[in-house]
Amino acid sequence: MSTTEKNAARKPATSLGVRLRPLLFIGVLLILWAIAARRQSTHLLPGPWEVVGGIAELVRHGLLLKYVVASLFRVTWGFLLAAALAIPLGLGIGWYRRAEMAFNPIIQILRPISPLAWIPIAILWFGVGDLAAIFLIFLGSFLPLLLTAINAAQSVPAVYVNAGRNFGMSPLRLVYQVFYPAVVPQLIVGLRITLGVAWLVVVAAEMIAVNSGLGFLIVDARNAGNRYDLVVAGMVIIGIIGLLLDMGMRSLEKVRSFRWSYSED
Amino acid sequence: MNSLAEPRKWEKLFWPLLATGLLLALWHYSVIWTATKIFPSPRDVEKGLAELLLHHVLWGDIRDSLRRVAIGFGAAVFLGIPLGLTLGWYPAANQVVNPVMQILRPISPIAWIPVAIIFFGIGDSAAIFLIFLGAFFPIVVACINGVSNVPSVYRRAGRNFGLTPPQLLAKVVFPAALPQILVGLRIALGIAWLVVVAAEMIAVDSGLGYLVIDSRNSGKRYDLVVAAILLIGVIGLVLDFGFRRLEKIRSVRWGFRNES
Amino acid sequence: MSVKESFVSPVLKTKLSVENVSMTFKRDGNSTPVLENINLEVGDGEFVCLLGPSGCGKTTLLNAMAGFLSPTSGEIHVGGESVRGPDPRRIFVFQERGVFPWLTVEGNIGFGLFKLPRGEREERIAHYIKMVGLQGFEKAYPPELSGGMKQRLEVARALAVNPDMLFLDEPFGALDSITRLVMRRELLRIWEAERKTIIFVTHDIDEAVQLADRVVVMSARPATIQQIVDIDIPHPRDISSARYLELRDGIFKQIGLAHQV
Repeated sequence: MSTTEKNAARKPATSLGVRLRPLLFIGVLLILWAIAARRQSTHLLPGPWEVVGGIAELVRHGLLLKYVVASLFRVTWGFLLAAALAIPLGLGIGWYRRAEMAFNPIIQILRPISPLAWIPIAILWFGVGDLAAIFLIFLGSFLPLLLTAINAAQSVPAVYVNAGRNFGMSPLRLVYQVFYPAVVPQLIVGLRITLGVAWLVVVAAEMIAVNSGLGFLIVDARNAGNRYDLVVAGMVIIGIIGLLLDMGMRSLEKVRSFRWSYSED
Repeated sequence: MNSLAEPRKWEKLFWPLLATGLLLALWHYSVIWTATKIFPSPRDVEKGLAELLLHHVLWGDIRDSLRRVAIGFGAAVFLGIPLGLTLGWYPAANQVVNPVMQILRPISPIAWIPVAIIFFGIGDSAAIFLIFLGAFFPIVVACINGVSNVPSVYRRAGRNFGLTPPQLLAKVVFPAALPQILVGLRIALGIAWLVVVAAEMIAVDSGLGYLVIDSRNSGKRYDLVVAAILLIGVIGLVLDFGFRRLEKIRSVRWGFRNES
Repeated sequence: MSVKESFVSPVLKTKLSVENVSMTFKRDGNSTPVLENINLEVGDGEFVCLLGPSGCGKTTLLNAMAGFLSPTSGEIHVGGESVRGPDPRRIFVFQERGVFPWLTVEGNIGFGLFKLPRGEREERIAHYIKMVGLQGFEKAYPPELSGGMKQRLEVARALAVNPDMLFLDEPFGALDSITRLVMRRELLRIWEAERKTIIFVTHDIDEAVQLADRVVVMSARPATIQQIVDIDIPHPRDISSARYLELRDGIFKQIGLAHQV
């Protein structure tokens, strides 16, 4: 970085050439992929064009929409349930030190357990189907959200609370006008990250426990005929939707009424 | 009880024991009240755990899982840190590569299994590849963030003393970013542990994840299932603790002063 | 502490010259002029203060002199050479946040000495630890030190590489006022021992008059040099002496400040 870097850094970054570069990079990768696919001896790995063809086929048969909706449906339910339970619980635990002391060991032991390890129990309780998948997503989302809420509650600066009490606020008002605005920014970031986790879990859960959805597509396409073009097509769709979910949540973070804690940026 | 009063020392043991005890009791009585024949009670799990510990196979499974994590995680560290440092150091490079990473990142490592099987066949290598994938992206992202968060005073001081860019990277940027990189590594290790268990349920025939599935498939031994699940949790916790000790080394501790 | 009289000799070799320097920052299409037509010469071994209100551009000027920024127009020469970038012969001392928290006190001071053989390096480190008064803290890490100690550490680190010039940007700003007085004395003591050329930025009028041989009073943005005041009092300076108060009040008036709070 040169000495004039500071001045040069103020050049507008929206010049067309600069924006084109990532696309060029992707293009190069795609070309490499196509070459590798053509040169392989086993003819299993599909090239980019075949994947596009696979996506088109899914669209034509109406399967793409059906599977995407199935996966999103499960994620939504599992995630929202987890949020509805974990956030109030977590905020409460974070607020009362003794509660955190009490529950911390249990949380720490449960945290490293992959939700997928619960699959036998999920199938035992819910059988193979939607509910099992939703249960797994719930499990995968619950602890991270709980931890986020605990953290958020503990991070509320004492000055805010003291100021509120100084002005004679009732506990209800304190929660509504001081506590809640203070924790919301952190909660939204946690929600975004956990949504990403939920998306990972749903795909994995569908590969094992259900009969529809994008994860199922991947497993089924391979088992019923080695349709790797559909397998990779499924992976690409998974990536794109995951990205869209993440971008959607990020735009929520930008909503003005939530932005105050980012003023340090 | 004044919830703002400073908790006393005995309370540090009292509350967790109380909560855990209550939970175990709840579990125990739920099993009795619902008269389930399949779901194990805490006692059953305890016996199952003892059975597993005496079985020498368990230690083999633990060793296998840990080995896969070690190799996959090690590879992710070996490749991910240089890449992350480079991308953090050259924002232009990051801007080019980032979109690709953003698309690949939301794809669960488990979804890569069919592709992994093409390349590696069924077995260890496939599982290790999946672990590598799971750990790789968090490490790269942590490095990128670590480097870009290095306060510019440090870089300027380094240049002032006549350091060339490679020296600057090695002597100033890397040490300054190290706390954040370590946090990323710890998180990636946690992810690696999650992935290995999941990968073992599908793609291999040994390891703790396999133990979970196998206990159910060959005999509906749900007591072993739950015992294995708890073991997974404990070992994962031990790994996490071990890593946190690294964060206490003096030359890195400065970056963690605010960690709870 | 030595009690040498130190007059500024009018026949000093010029160390640094700033010629017609102007600086304009462009951001989002808007141009902000920050420095306008600065002309200044600093003699070898002189202690010069740049004084002005916050945000007036004196830090920008300091950065330009040290080579971290390029002037939009005009030139800066040090020792006859044009300034093109940062250089170990011109060390910039930031506020204490510039010390490296992952290195010990020894490690920090030895940071710039990587080209020296080990024995010589250790000797120098020991010398400067003693000079700034940090004996006993060799193996300590910066988070364990107070603000004043960190500032001294940074000065030691700067001096260890034996630079020709030191640039200090409000180095005592983060310290409490008592520590500030102590640090000023320390800085003068070190300056008298090593006689480096020092350029010191501050917004504190008293600080400038207590430390400098010459005070360059700068206006608000876009900054120009309003006045250069010669402080002809020998060190150690009595801050209740008539001459001191006279010079100080002169600057007060120059800046347009009332005398009463």
